[in-house]
Amino acid sequence: MPRQMDIEQIKDKLGIGEDKVYAAMGAFETPEELVKAGRKIHEMGYSKLDAMTPFPVHGIDDAIGIPRSYLGWIVICFSITGLSTALFLQWYTGGLQFIQALLPFGLSPYPLVIGGKPLFDFSFSIPVDFELTVAFTALSTFFGMWIINGLPRLYHPSMNYRNAHRATDDRFLLVIEADDPMFEPRKASDHLRSVGAQEVEVVIG
Amino acid sequence: MSLAVRQDPALLETNPPLVQGKTGYHDITDQISSIVEADTFETPMKYWIALGITSSIMVLLLCMLAYLALTGIGVWGNNRPIGWAWDITNFVFWIGIGHAGTLISAILFLFRQKWRTSINRSAEAMTLFAVMCAAIFPLFHTGRPWRAYWLFPVPNTDLNIWQNFRSPLIWDVFAVNTYLMVSILFWFTGLVPDVATLRDRAVTKVRQWVFGALSLGWRGSARHWRHYEAAYLILAGVSTPLVLSVHSVVSFDFATSVIPGWHTTIFPPYFVAGAIFSGFACVMTLLLIARWLLNLQNLITIKHLENMNKIILVTGSIVGYAYACEFFIAWYSGSIYEKFTFWNRAFGPYWWAAWSMYSCNVFIPQLYWFKKLRTNLWVMFIISITTNIGMWFERFVIIATSLTRDYLPSSWGYFHPTWVDMCTFLGTFGLFFTLFLLFARFLPMIAISEVKGVAAVERHSFAPETATEEVH
Amino acid sequence: MSLVSIKPKVPSGPKYWRSLDHLANTSEFREWVGREFSSEAPLMMDGNSRRTVLKMMAASFGLAGLTACRRPVEHIFPNSKGVVDYVPGQKYNYATVTSLAGQVAGLVVETYDGRPTKIEGNPLHPNSLGAATALAQGSLLNLYDPDRSWKVLQGGADSSWEKFEAFAKSMNLGDGSGLRFLSESVVSPSLMALRTATLKKFPKAKWVEYESFQRTAGRVGATMAFGQPVTPQTHFDKAKVILGLDSDFLGLDWQTPLPTKQFSSRRHIASEEDLDNINRLYAVESQFSMTGANADHRIRMRGSEVKQFAIDLAVALGSIPGMNVLNNGSDRRAKFLASAVKDLKAAGKDALVITSPRQPPIVHALALLMNETLGSLGNTIEIVKAAEEDRVESGPEALKALSGEMSSGQVSTLVMLGGNPVYTAPADTQFGTNLAKVATSIHLGYDPNETAAMSKWHLPEAHYLESWGDAVSGGIASIQQPMIEPIFGGRTASEIVALISGSKDVKAHDIVKNYWLATWAGPGEKSGTSHQQQWQKSLNDGIVADSKPVEGLKLTADAKKIAAAVAAEPKPVVNQSGGGIEIAFVPSSQVWDGRFANNGWMQECPDPMTKLVWGNAALVSGATAAKIKAGDGQMITISRGGAKIQAAVLIQPGHADDCITIALGYGRTHCGRVGKDVGFDAGPLRTTDAMWYASGVEVTPTGERFVHATTQERGLAEHLNERPLYREVNVSDYKSNPKVIEEMSEVPKLHSVYPEISYAEGNQWGMAIDLGACTGCNACVVACQAENNTPVVGKDQVIRGREMHWIRMDRYYVGSEDEPRAVEQPLPCMQCENAPCENVCPVAATTHSPEGLNDMVYNRCVGTRYCANNCPFKVRHFNFLNFHKNDPEIHSMVHNPDVTVRMRGVMEKCTYCVQRIQETKIQAKVEGRRPIKDGEIKTACQQTCPADAIVFGNINDPESKVAKLKKQERNYAMLAELDIRPRTTYLARLRNPNPELEA
Repeated sequence: MPRQMDIEQIKDKLGIGEDKVYAAMGAFETPEELVKAGRKIHEMGYSKLDAMTPFPVHGIDDAIGIPRSYLGWIVICFSITGLSTALFLQWYTGGLQFIQALLPFGLSPYPLVIGGKPLFDFSFSIPVDFELTVAFTALSTFFGMWIINGLPRLYHPSMNYRNAHRATDDRFLLVIEADDPMFEPRKASDHLRSVGAQEVEVVIG
Repeated sequence: MSLAVRQDPALLETNPPLVQGKTGYHDITDQISSIVEADTFETPMKYWIALGITSSIMVLLLCMLAYLALTGIGVWGNNRPIGWAWDITNFVFWIGIGHAGTLISAILFLFRQKWRTSINRSAEAMTLFAVMCAAIFPLFHTGRPWRAYWLFPVPNTDLNIWQNFRSPLIWDVFAVNTYLMVSILFWFTGLVPDVATLRDRAVTKVRQWVFGALSLGWRGSARHWRHYEAAYLILAGVSTPLVLSVHSVVSFDFATSVIPGWHTTIFPPYFVAGAIFSGFACVMTLLLIARWLLNLQNLITIKHLENMNKIILVTGSIVGYAYACEFFIAWYSGSIYEKFTFWNRAFGPYWWAAWSMYSCNVFIPQLYWFKKLRTNLWVMFIISITTNIGMWFERFVIIATSLTRDYLPSSWGYFHPTWVDMCTFLGTFGLFFTLFLLFARFLPMIAISEVKGVAAVERHSFAPETATEEVH
Repeated sequence: MSLVSIKPKVPSGPKYWRSLDHLANTSEFREWVGREFSSEAPLMMDGNSRRTVLKMMAASFGLAGLTACRRPVEHIFPNSKGVVDYVPGQKYNYATVTSLAGQVAGLVVETYDGRPTKIEGNPLHPNSLGAATALAQGSLLNLYDPDRSWKVLQGGADSSWEKFEAFAKSMNLGDGSGLRFLSESVVSPSLMALRTATLKKFPKAKWVEYESFQRTAGRVGATMAFGQPVTPQTHFDKAKVILGLDSDFLGLDWQTPLPTKQFSSRRHIASEEDLDNINRLYAVESQFSMTGANADHRIRMRGSEVKQFAIDLAVALGSIPGMNVLNNGSDRRAKFLASAVKDLKAAGKDALVITSPRQPPIVHALALLMNETLGSLGNTIEIVKAAEEDRVESGPEALKALSGEMSSGQVSTLVMLGGNPVYTAPADTQFGTNLAKVATSIHLGYDPNETAAMSKWHLPEAHYLESWGDAVSGGIASIQQPMIEPIFGGRTASEIVALISGSKDVKAHDIVKNYWLATWAGPGEKSGTSHQQQWQKSLNDGIVADSKPVEGLKLTADAKKIAAAVAAEPKPVVNQSGGGIEIAFVPSSQVWDGRFANNGWMQECPDPMTKLVWGNAALVSGATAAKIKAGDGQMITISRGGAKIQAAVLIQPGHADDCITIALGYGRTHCGRVGKDVGFDAGPLRTTDAMWYASGVEVTPTGERFVHATTQERGLAEHLNERPLYREVNVSDYKSNPKVIEEMSEVPKLHSVYPEISYAEGNQWGMAIDLGACTGCNACVVACQAENNTPVVGKDQVIRGREMHWIRMDRYYVGSEDEPRAVEQPLPCMQCENAPCENVCPVAATTHSPEGLNDMVYNRCVGTRYCANNCPFKVRHFNFLNFHKNDPEIHSMVHNPDVTVRMRGVMEKCTYCVQRIQETKIQAKVEGRRPIKDGEIKTACQQTCPADAIVFGNINDPESKVAKLKKQERNYAMLAELDIRPRTTYLARLRNPNPELEA
């Protein structure tokens, strides 16, 4: 019997098995309570915490120990790519390089004298340089953000929480995830209640 | 970072709360969602009538474009010397309008202007639709629209000729398309959490599916919010220079030419100011209509409207300064061609256009110096209309009257619009308002999550918390 | 070498005809074509509905299929050197000759595969010297006129040549007492011979010549002066001071480029002494003519007052003793007269007084007398024996007499050889009504016109490019050889005469060739092979091998007789206001007497002064407009005697007061789709006693409005308002300071932010246009249109401002509204080195060639029109619609195969005739990469320019003519301050005013 218990617990911990625990979740009425409670729980030593809120609640990241976003670093790389793409595009299609081999593919522009101006000059490349930089930045920001967030996805265990749908309306949920080293379903639930959370549940999924 | 601002009680006394009436989170959700979730018959009848009218005008646009594409530019009034007339006028006009959206969203966002929250969503939507209307003209003003894809850097095997990157028009292509794309991303990003809200409230299968798909599985996790806000900030950050660049680039079309009246270095700031001016006026028109159609008085308050009027007054005055400056420079340049062009602008065959522009853009907005007028709904509605008329004339005056009489008197000519010109322009309004009405009915017209954020901030209890957060 | 040897190789006409041959031969098709071209056909043709047009095309090329445009059976000889064999697709030049209003011009016609595509002047012909007038070039399009008459009509019903031949044989003409011939001015020796023979056969028959614009007055005047049939020959190149009494010798009075050639020869400046040789022109005229525009001094007076001016001038010059100058005219007139007299006397034998066919004989007599007094007779003007053609009954009076005979039933058979007398005859002859009384009226006509409609028989006439003939002028004869077999099966006047008189040669070729062989062989002799060679040489050169110019006669004018005639003249009123409103009739610079009415090129060729297209107008001065209470575009009724017409007013600055000028040839009722009901027909007001000027007409505004189509905005735009675009300066000022022209505009030191593109290598094409020489005759405009397949856009499109001429003739007025001068400036593409148009094209559809050409890549153009907007000269033209859409199939035969026909939605502009440049470059390459000689490449406008004002060439070659011209101080670039560096530059005009009058 105890052996079996262990296996169940391991299953739970590993998050495998048909009825593994996802987390303990509790709801708050206001963001203020959430932040206060979050900080208390965090101080208790929980590290795998999350919150679900209808709008970004300020201070919660800090309260439950979520690091700052690193999205910017990814984006800056793409911005530079965009700039260099623009410069290459205009320099190459200006006809400074005539590559016979690429002619059949329409990839070998002729050097054309236009309005007595040089084939390529930085001065008249600026607008396109700027626009392409912006375009690459925006695209990488948008898609980067979703990818980092692991979205889009159709299913998430938190949906099994009774009041999950209110997290986008008027409830502020605090989540202690099951893979937290000091997670233990009953204890976690008690801790949540102790900081004033309502409708505390251990969410299975 | 972002929305939350230290609340200064003194400030609060002077500033009435931005969200009025019942402001529980759930109430906000309910009120905004109810528009979307309403049954056909709950939506006011006036809405459906309006939609019917606008969509039929949109059909007119489609007919005109088909006729144009099949017959040739000759069905418009364009001629030699006036190669660009209503087509490019309308393009610049719509692009100009399309600026307010991003400005309100991005710039006010960066400047922590909380009052933007209840209008930014519709302003962004307006941007999208305006840019779509604008994009029609550069495409269809070409003599061979089916060749318009040559404006994009695609390899062509028949000629091995590529684009001419010295041409301001190619800069335009990049600027406008980038702007359209970024606006869409910005708008959609802001929309996702609200769509998630709708998803969670959805009762019908259709809504569950549609909103379920659009919300990308958003669940409001704090881990997501941090990336989300970073992304939103970056998008706002790039949109701001972008929006300024777009109209500058559009102004290059004229500024880099050799035609007196076009060849002017003050165009970029002058055009941007004009764009903000017309954009805000257009947002104003739309909000007033939406406010009346969908009863949003407590979310779109007089305070919002008054702030916008202040901006209209400022930008209007900047535009007025630009006009004066042009005349001065023309006189100061000593060039007979420049001098004549500006004399001709004010007193030549197009004097009527020039003077309607001066009065609509410079003189009328001066009424906003008076708080009484600034806060009067009827006044602001009328002025928002006249402003846009004036801004349309500005573009027409710059384009047509400069071309009508340039260097060689032998090549002077006059432009008469045809019925196709008029119907095409009218049609774009059909398209614009149709899209806007659909948006207002089927998507949350006000950013639910952001309004909640502001509402939260306005309960002072929360403020000190964030204050301390913000300090370190 | 003979071209015939290659005949067998030539396909029987381009494919699309052949493909239709069998269809065309089926009886269904024939009867369908019959239906299509029944009398209602014109109505159907009017609408440009796609369907009718398509039917039209089908029919017209179906017909072409019937008698396709095969190479003529007779031998014709190319004028180009060293053609050993015919190469399909290769162009060949043939020499031929044309005549208009009795004036002969030798031509060289460019043909591709037996299709004439371009007309140039024949350099060997003394009347052309390589140039061709606008009308001569426009006549090419008449050849391909889809509305040409294409079958024999009997009483309006279909008939055939066979039927007519049978009828002609059956005619019993007896001694010809009832037989009358009515022709236009005959200049063809062979036809004259035929005429003599015919009149011999029918002693009682009569032959009358009538032209709407006939030069009878000059002959009568000369005869009056010298007592024998003589005609004057002018040499403008020898004249230092010219005074034109109502003469428009640079415009409508001559239909050859010769006067312009001669006149402008003295306005080309290459050296110091040229400055002293510049001629001075005084113009006395009513309407503002091109001659007036080129005059150094011009005085406006009504046409009827010119006679008195001539008398006063003669008196002042002392030609007529015992009279004194009638000086109750304005001070201006007196001053003008006095200084002109002084100037003429000073010039002596280098002076020239000339008048116009529109003036009565007495003025001509006076002019000759004055030249005699001045001693210029025999130098600047010569008297030659009148040619034979001037000796038959001719002119309006003769026509009136004929018409009288017709009404009194003396005429049983009237043979009208060409022309359109019903339309052109003076109203009082009532030719139309009398024509109905003629039992047998036969009309040989080019198109089913008003006369054709009223004749019993109508026969299609062959175009001069598709028929054999000859022409003589001043002793120089030329053979008219066809390039193409009659497209619509027409025949020539000579063939008809031959048929009626039953002479043995019935084909035009035989008539002409045998005539000349006989002439060369001399009476009774048999012609030998030498004569065959002579024949070939004549065809090759375009002038008959041994023909010599007639030499001048030494005669003295009968001063007394003239003085008596002058004395007999009624004392006129000279003061401007007297005598009510006068109307003046002038030939149209576009449609002449209406024969070019169905010619799109000519209808759309802007009138040199008014810039009016697609119609005429009642031209009045501003003062007169106020007086008759009708401004621009207001309809007025002009009534004279019983007749009245309606016309729209157009204010012509510098027009004489109390006088209306209206061009004839418009308002055709029986005409093709192009010319039908275009403009107003002033014919009804014209009578034999008032062919040119009619005084005392009633004018009343109707209150209706009319939209004129002009290619230049009226009003402010007609004046340069202080812009240094057209530059002119007095010779004296230029002598004192040659820099004066450069100083007219302030060009700062210009430098580009970009590295300079070097054009130091190879051929660098450039153009210099001498404004001093240019008279604004429009020849270049039509030449360009023909060479470059420029579309005709139609009246409403011109009103919208969408005309397509690649070279336009800008006209500006200088000075006051009443007494302005006018200047003309041809404007092709400037081919800027730093072209603003290139910079702005997003798809690089217009770029620069290494030879400095501003190339337009039609198939890359997406049509943003940005380039046109950014062109400071607005010389770029956009195909707003598919302007070739409604061209009848047959029109495509006129297209130059070397030039793309542009589709809708693309930009186009002057290319410096790049196709000609390439052709020569290839030629040079084939000949061992030899350098291209200066003058070897001529642009179309340059080649045809009667004034040699346009010079094109390699500016890299310091020895080239263009490079030399560009070195002159007169040379300037328009808008140089924009740093666009145009390759087309202008040479400022040097005016040579009389210091006395200038003050």
